Amino acid sequence: MSEVSTREWLLSDQPSSRRQAKLGQAYRTWSQLRRNKLAMVGLGIVVVLILMAIFANLVAPFDPLRGGDLRTERLLPPSWINLMGTDDQARDIFSRIVHGSRLTLMVVAMVAIIATPIGLAVGTTAGYFGGWVDTVLMRITDIFLAFPRLILALAFVAALGPGIENAIIAIAITSWPPYARLARAETMTIRDTDYIAAIRLQGARSPRIIWGHVVPLCMSSVIVRVTLDMAGIILTAAGLGFLGLGAQPPQPEWGAMIASGRRFLIDFWWVATMPGIAIFVVSLGFNLLGDGLRDVLDPKGEK
Amino acid sequence: MSALVEIRDLAVTFGHGANEVRAVRGVSLDVAVGESFGIVGESGSGKSTVLRAICGLAPVASGEIRIEGETLKKPRKRAFYREVQMVFQDPYASLHPRHTVDKVLSEPLAIHGFDDAEARIERALNDVGLGKGFRFRFPHQLSGGQRQRVAIARALILEPRILLLDEPTSALDASIQAEVLNLLDALRAERGLTYLLVSHDLAVVAHMCERLLVMQHGEVVEELSREALQNRAAQAEYTKDLLIASEGFKGI
Repeated sequence: MSEVSTREWLLSDQPSSRRQAKLGQAYRTWSQLRRNKLAMVGLGIVVVLILMAIFANLVAPFDPLRGGDLRTERLLPPSWINLMGTDDQARDIFSRIVHGSRLTLMVVAMVAIIATPIGLAVGTTAGYFGGWVDTVLMRITDIFLAFPRLILALAFVAALGPGIENAIIAIAITSWPPYARLARAETMTIRDTDYIAAIRLQGARSPRIIWGHVVPLCMSSVIVRVTLDMAGIILTAAGLGFLGLGAQPPQPEWGAMIASGRRFLIDFWWVATMPGIAIFVVSLGFNLLGDGLRDVLDPKGEK
Repeated sequence: MSALVEIRDLAVTFGHGANEVRAVRGVSLDVAVGESFGIVGESGSGKSTVLRAICGLAPVASGEIRIEGETLKKPRKRAFYREVQMVFQDPYASLHPRHTVDKVLSEPLAIHGFDDAEARIERALNDVGLGKGFRFRFPHQLSGGQRQRVAIARALILEPRILLLDEPTSALDASIQAEVLNLLDALRAERGLTYLLVSHDLAVVAHMCERLLVMQHGEVVEELSREALQNRAAQAEYTKDLLIASEGFKGI
């Protein structure tokens, strides 16, 4: 066993344990993804974002909330000391963007954690049972789909007060319906297959079939969709921040930073542009990764 | 000879109103313990639907299905699935694409709360002629014949007495067909299983079954014994046509 290289062990035709089979499968997916250059660029951007968020204290040279001398250090152009210049409060924009990545990542992660399971559960249940269950669940989905995100966010802000948490809830509540529809469509093609009939014949009950047999097959297309939606989620969060409904000052949220910089966009372009570039790069990263994942994970793409 | 499976005037109807399709009309049959019973017919004759009706996968409009004299009710009881199992036609469609062989075989054991899962899985794989090396493979790492063996192992792991075989070899090429049929024969002899085999291939049925039922357009045409089939002693026109069709290539 020690003679065999890790690669051979992973690609073995005859895995000898559950773990080896699973790791082998993961490795095959990974090596397929690795061949897609653009997806790797996307993955790189996402990894950098994650590392930046984790090590924000080490990466950022200045305090993101407390500015320098207001008389001499306001609105300085980009330089070697302030890589992206400073804003109207004499705060280092680079440091703020680095710390802002935490907020961005939190929004993305929270929305994904809240919205994906709801969408999967509703969609697979509706698709599996069909009939009136399907009708009721899908009409509820339609109702949620009809909520305009920003208006709902406004309602949340009115009810609960402005803040990034309420923005997250508002985005999560309005972003699960597409996943539900996707999962339902997938489920409807899966539910009549022989392997579902087979497991039904072994006496499995519906919850077991849905979670153990249907969801794993819907998972990949939903993951792809969620990844592709990440960019939209980041933009919505930034938009809410821009309107003053999301993160509140002095939090270094990228959308809010653009909003505060727009007053002097002509004279001091970097204040609004730098966070804009950050949003652009991260959104692009998620999109590239999502596209790559679709090529690898989407069962319809498989040969 | 007591009947293990009894079907009386079974009718299966799909859809409503204008879209109504009466797939099976008034089919009756008896299968004795340890017997191998065949149902033959062309595509759309309702032969597979009879099997699906037995397992509760097709909507029974009227008639009765009895196992050991007990009428089956909908939904089927859990004990039913330990008595009756099914092997599907297409081994490429009947295995979950994301589950390893191990997972496929351990699911039924988990559902029915068997405790010695490890030993049972290994035994089941051995019984169908697959070694340990296959246990953690995914379906896409298996050939068609190997997949069908896994499907048979899955059906047998609950130790049923009745096995419903829905064209178990029609998706396989000729050499593997014989292999799988011989395996099924051996398993039946070894365990005293009762088979209900559906096929469009008279040769397969003649090889496997002691008695057979010929179906057309959802109705029974006639019932024959193996000897009658081998002596070409069919009564109905349709069966004679089938016999001639199955000989089609032999004369060339």
